[in-house]
Amino acid sequence: MRRLQLWHLLLVPLCLIWVYPFVWMVSTAFKSEREVFLGGLSVIPDEFTLDNIGRAWETAHFGAYLSNTAVFAVTTVLIVLLVAATAGYALGRGDLPGKKVIVGLLIATMFIPHGYTVIPILKLVDGLGLNNGLLGAVLATAGPAHVVPILLFMGFFAGMPQELEDAARLDGASYPRVFFRIMLPLARPVVGTVALFNFMAAWNAFFIPLVFTLGRPELRTLGVGMYSFFGQEATDWSGLAAAAMISLLPIIAIFLFLQRSFVEGIAGAVKS
Amino acid sequence: MLLLFAAFTLWPMVSSWWYSFFEWDGIGPATDWVGLANFEEVLGSGRFWHAFLNSFLFSMVAICVEMPLALLAAILLNNRRLRGRNLYRLFLFLPVVTSTAVIGIVFAIMLDPSSGFVNQALRSAHLIDAPISFLSEDHALATVMGIDVWKSFGITLVYWLAALQTVPDDLYEAAKIDGASGRQTLRHITLPVIAPIGVVILLLTFQRSMNPFDLVQAMTQAGPNYATDVVGTYIYRYAFNPDLNAPRYGFACAAGVVFGMITLAMTALQGPLLRRQYLKRRG
Repeated sequence: MRRLQLWHLLLVPLCLIWVYPFVWMVSTAFKSEREVFLGGLSVIPDEFTLDNIGRAWETAHFGAYLSNTAVFAVTTVLIVLLVAATAGYALGRGDLPGKKVIVGLLIATMFIPHGYTVIPILKLVDGLGLNNGLLGAVLATAGPAHVVPILLFMGFFAGMPQELEDAARLDGASYPRVFFRIMLPLARPVVGTVALFNFMAAWNAFFIPLVFTLGRPELRTLGVGMYSFFGQEATDWSGLAAAAMISLLPIIAIFLFLQRSFVEGIAGAVKS
Repeated sequence: MLLLFAAFTLWPMVSSWWYSFFEWDGIGPATDWVGLANFEEVLGSGRFWHAFLNSFLFSMVAICVEMPLALLAAILLNNRRLRGRNLYRLFLFLPVVTSTAVIGIVFAIMLDPSSGFVNQALRSAHLIDAPISFLSEDHALATVMGIDVWKSFGITLVYWLAALQTVPDDLYEAAKIDGASGRQTLRHITLPVIAPIGVVILLLTFQRSMNPFDLVQAMTQAGPNYATDVVGTYIYRYAFNPDLNAPRYGFACAAGVVFGMITLAMTALQGPLLRRQYLKRRG
């Protein structure tokens, strides 16, 4: 028992290292430029200032980037949900011809690294006339991101009792109506997991938004904005810290609020 | 959905193969058929192999350092008598939810040699005399790898915790009745039971860690002097670098295909391991 508690000596410093960058970020965001420039290890700012946040928000356009990111992430989640839920329903319930082949293909693509397919995707979105727009980036993100969600939905819908569907059909409900009014509401836990993870992934996405907004700076998302801000003003540390805080606070807040589902969602996915 | 799947997953895979046979700048249709020349160039390029080796090192660090440490932490945090274990888990998981690019820049500032926080702290604690330039050609790769471990430690930890939850309690009780020590229980009960999931975790870690594009691009842009170049940044340079007058999509596709094939082969090597563990579990 004693020996077990000794591990705290190791765990506490470890956690300090893990959390300190966030503490540093918040503290620097409120320090004056002069104080940051002079250095100093104090966490509490000498003089508390909101200048940096204002500068990041207005001059460095992080206000606009924040709303770009929100639009990008929400749209991506909606598309992934719609596609994955309908596809999972079709594969999980009906006896779609070629179902086994489709599922096999889906699983196979999971094991093939697809980091290198971005160029054809870019060309495809270009061909649709959506290049250099947020919608293009949304499609490029949502398009390939649906294998795991489909499998999750498929597993869930396959486990639903057939009587439920039959009863609704008997009552005269159409096929889409059964899906949207009965099946989808029942699948709330899956919807939650899928939405949460895709939202997080989309919020933090960097590569695709970077590639898609190369010619359109006003459409940058937070990660891309941070990257170019650093490229232009590498010495404005307090401004960068404020911008980083604007970028990270929303997602950290969501995480703290929903942390149980986060951790359980990941755990569940690994176990199955 | 089939349309979307075909359009965004299958078609890109097939067409990146197709494009890799062309010298193509991405403007207009690809017409300049060059056969296998792109592949020859990729395979003969020292810089590609250098980038590949770096990617591989990233995944070796993740597999050989991060996975065992995370397992150790998970075994500790799985003990119900450890106080504050949920809080520890929360703190260690926090970096996972944050944007890699943003974190990379925060670290780049903290590690600045002249007045960054880390050097100042080390100096005022008299641990070092001269500031360390963490992102110089000699140290940059190790630094970025360290941050990669920091960033993804939490997710591996949660994977392992999930694996540990699958060990049935009565096995522990039986071991206790038989008088097994803590170490014996770990060696003969816990580890064998979680081994099959361990293989899955290995696979997941491998796939994730071969692609540290976000972090590298944000922190060092593959520099200084290509010291931190990985395959992701290598491909990016040929296809999207604004400094390049004409992008070389065909060549970038060929590099992507080569990288994809090698990763696939390396994943496939882990396949028999996976199957064996799976069969074992089935009994």
